[in-house]
Amino acid sequence: MSFYRGMTCENVTIKGDKGTPITAYVARPSGPGPFPGVVLIHHLPGWSELYIETTRRFAHHGYLAICANLYEREGGGSDGNPDDVAAKVRAEGGIADSQMVGDTAAAVAWMRAQPDHNGKVGLIGSCSGGRHAFIYACQRKDIDACVEQWGGRVVMAKEELNPKTPVAPIDMTKDLGCPLLGLFGNDDRAPSPEQVNQHEAELKKHGKNYEFHRYDGAGHGFFYWHRPLYRPEQAMDGWDKIWAFYGKHLAK
Amino acid sequence: MCTSIIEIARAEGMAKRGDQWFPLSRSVVAYDHARHAPLGDVITLDFYNTDLDAGARAAIELTLETAKELRAALDRAIAAAEFEEAEVRGKGAVLSFVRAA
Repeated sequence: MSFYRGMTCENVTIKGDKGTPITAYVARPSGPGPFPGVVLIHHLPGWSELYIETTRRFAHHGYLAICANLYEREGGGSDGNPDDVAAKVRAEGGIADSQMVGDTAAAVAWMRAQPDHNGKVGLIGSCSGGRHAFIYACQRKDIDACVEQWGGRVVMAKEELNPKTPVAPIDMTKDLGCPLLGLFGNDDRAPSPEQVNQHEAELKKHGKNYEFHRYDGAGHGFFYWHRPLYRPEQAMDGWDKIWAFYGKHLAK
Repeated sequence: MCTSIIEIARAEGMAKRGDQWFPLSRSVVAYDHARHAPLGDVITLDFYNTDLDAGARAAIELTLETAKELRAALDRAIAAAEFEEAEVRGKGAVLSFVRAA
């Protein structure tokens, strides 16, 4: 194999929450496998190019990767411009946590059904996707490792709860079923360093297997290479943390 | 979303999308991460028609400072418009007459 691994990419249709068909982007490393799997949960800006590229990045590093379009119902199928669809979702107060869990479960099931999969699944998400990844890791027991990147609204006041987000994720901590890697910027306001402290204290209280890395000089979304928020030094260190974490927990 | 700062209002009017205008049904104001402007958090304005496809949308991302300037400009224009409307309907004239008396 050459240093730069080849891959094949395609869109697949999976049966999302309540059996609704949704589109998912798949990147499959070349070679016979078996490959560890990574399921990506996109951020509030939607099934964006950033997430599609990040899906390929995992394949480049030898992971079978899938990223489902969690906003498919809101935007006229996978043809909808992700930016417009995300704005519509924002106006509707985001998607329901339960729907996200159903859709993500379908992506995990797809992964586990692949003949070149090694039987291990890692989950990763940033921003609202970080929050979603943590929720999923607390509610389902079918993943082996979870990476939460600056998940906003893990800590929620009672008045913030609504039918779409009926339980604050922090209150699910006792049910976390796999190791957790958390990456946060200390200049972030959502989540603020104080909220990250609360998040960590709850993990500690319940004796969970977690590691948090908190970066000075970085705010929200410091991995986003196309935004002014990008902090290359902190982002590359964060990537090293992800490779080490998944290397440890997803190898077979 | 990460900030949860969002306000929704009814909208009557039209907005431009490419070369076409479409009727509006909703205005959405949020404070959230910029998607396009080379900025951190921004005031976003989205004008929509909820009965059309998601692309039926006119979108703006503004700094907090220039959003305040826009609000002030809107307030001035609306105040002047209401005065104008009152005059057209004769209410302004009545008031002037009452005052003069």
